[in-house]
Amino acid sequence: MIWNEEFETLPREALEALQLKRLKSLVERVYDAVPYYRKKMEGAGVAPSDIRELRDLRKLPFTTKEDLRLNYPFGLFAVPFEQVVRIHASSGTTGKPTVVGYTKKDIDSWAELMARTLSCGGAHRGDVVHNAYGYGLFTGGLGAHYGAERLGAAVIPISGGNSKRQIMIMQDFGSTVLMCTPSYALNLADVMKDMNVDPKTLKLRVGLFGAEPWSEKIREEIEKRLNINAIDIFGLSEVMGPGVASECIEEKHGLHVFEDFFIPEIINPETGEPLPPGERGELVFTTLTKEAFPVIRYRTKDLSRLIEEPCRCGRTFYRMERITGRTDDMLIIRGVNVFPSQIEHVLMSIEGVEPHYQIIVNREGALDIMEVQVEVSEEIFSDEVKVLERLARRIEREIKDLLGISCKIKLVEPKTIQRSEGKAKRVIDNRKL
Amino acid sequence: MKVEQISIFLENKSGRLADVAEVLAKAGINIRALSLADTTDFGILRLIVNDTEKAKQVLKDNGFTVGKTEVIAVEVPDRPGGLGHILAVMKEQGINVEYMYAFVQRSGGNAVIIFRFDEIEKAIAALQKSGVVILKGEEVYAL
Repeated sequence: MIWNEEFETLPREALEALQLKRLKSLVERVYDAVPYYRKKMEGAGVAPSDIRELRDLRKLPFTTKEDLRLNYPFGLFAVPFEQVVRIHASSGTTGKPTVVGYTKKDIDSWAELMARTLSCGGAHRGDVVHNAYGYGLFTGGLGAHYGAERLGAAVIPISGGNSKRQIMIMQDFGSTVLMCTPSYALNLADVMKDMNVDPKTLKLRVGLFGAEPWSEKIREEIEKRLNINAIDIFGLSEVMGPGVASECIEEKHGLHVFEDFFIPEIINPETGEPLPPGERGELVFTTLTKEAFPVIRYRTKDLSRLIEEPCRCGRTFYRMERITGRTDDMLIIRGVNVFPSQIEHVLMSIEGVEPHYQIIVNREGALDIMEVQVEVSEEIFSDEVKVLERLARRIEREIKDLLGISCKIKLVEPKTIQRSEGKAKRVIDNRKL
Repeated sequence: MKVEQISIFLENKSGRLADVAEVLAKAGINIRALSLADTTDFGILRLIVNDTEKAKQVLKDNGFTVGKTEVIAVEVPDRPGGLGHILAVMKEQGINVEYMYAFVQRSGGNAVIIFRFDEIEKAIAALQKSGVVILKGEEVYAL
């Protein structure tokens, strides 16, 4: 079902007219209200009056995480502080967290966006939404929560953690829709197995998973192990939180960007040049309606491409391909670009290998050494050394075939690789570069 | 004719073998025979115990990867050439020994050796034909 038929199926021409109108107003607002943005625009020699058509967007300077950091905590807010009704912050893996704010209207838009997202996944009034995204400064929990309420579903605000209790509640409350990170979904599947709970006895029908990159293979794994439809959703706190884009259950191929609220662009991460339609590069977003914390051309560091072909679900919004990596989790090993998603792809193509892995990079002398730790599940375990060694060599060979560099596979005991209840840590880079 | 053996995946980390022993001890399981195959990164511990199912379950509950395999326990006369005779039979039949290890306990006056063959049925037939005594599972667990 389409939540907002009027906007989600707008003909492209009307949509682009709406985007232009909103863009102009955004640029004026930001120019007037945020000295930092004004200074950046002046530095780039551009004024609000230069924005006459949508293409003019590319005249505007990018916004980066560094800009956000420099203005910590509230320097980029574009409304008087008394209009801010909510503050979220993203986990700062390096330095201070990124802080974002919302007005009452922003919260309202966000609920609309998440109601659309849930509808994309086939959720509806009467559903029991098991919301295992973390509640707190992280946008996932509350973002999903408001959307589910807007949809008219019953929300279980379970948040993350305590998987056994989560499963008990799923059984007892009849959860039909699961919302969490894909790695947590797999964690729940593990725990169900340990508890001897058959997912077929649950009422779960669909899961909306986001907040970390995942692959088709992991989707298959989740769908099989939890007996549900798994939908990829996308968002980031700097832009809104969850609710920026979502797959539709009809296609499960590419995520519709809610373009009446956001303009997506794909750029060359090295040069910053916009790329032609269909090419893969760094995803950039401009928020069209946000009041408290608008961003102009925010560089996400996520790699994707835009699919312009119409979708059979009826939505006219372009789709972004699922995130296949990040410009910053790309490892350069002996001069070769390596994305964790490539390693994952190899592992998941081997029968019985579970998607629990970790990449460890060390430098010995002048040489980069990549080790991939893979957990030994019962399916691949053998009482014979040669069988396990053959498996390790096979993975090494396949990685070498794909990437052109050799690595060492280390088989480890199950559950030794840290299970995140939030985002999975896939790479440990010990090189001092 | 077959004996159930459990195998456990162990990373080469100090204390892992002790962990296995402790888990089994707490569950009151007695180890009858064991062998450890090791490589630089990992080891495979193979055990014959008095209660295979229980051992497998408690180890799994404690997070170990556990497998179950069928092996053969053979009585080997404790004199020169005892083992040689058995291996000659296997060679003749073209059956490979994947690995083998000895039992601590004796059966009567004989040593007991655990064999893992690539073709277990064929091995049993060949050994029986040449008069080698193969112990039953219950006999082995109770040794």
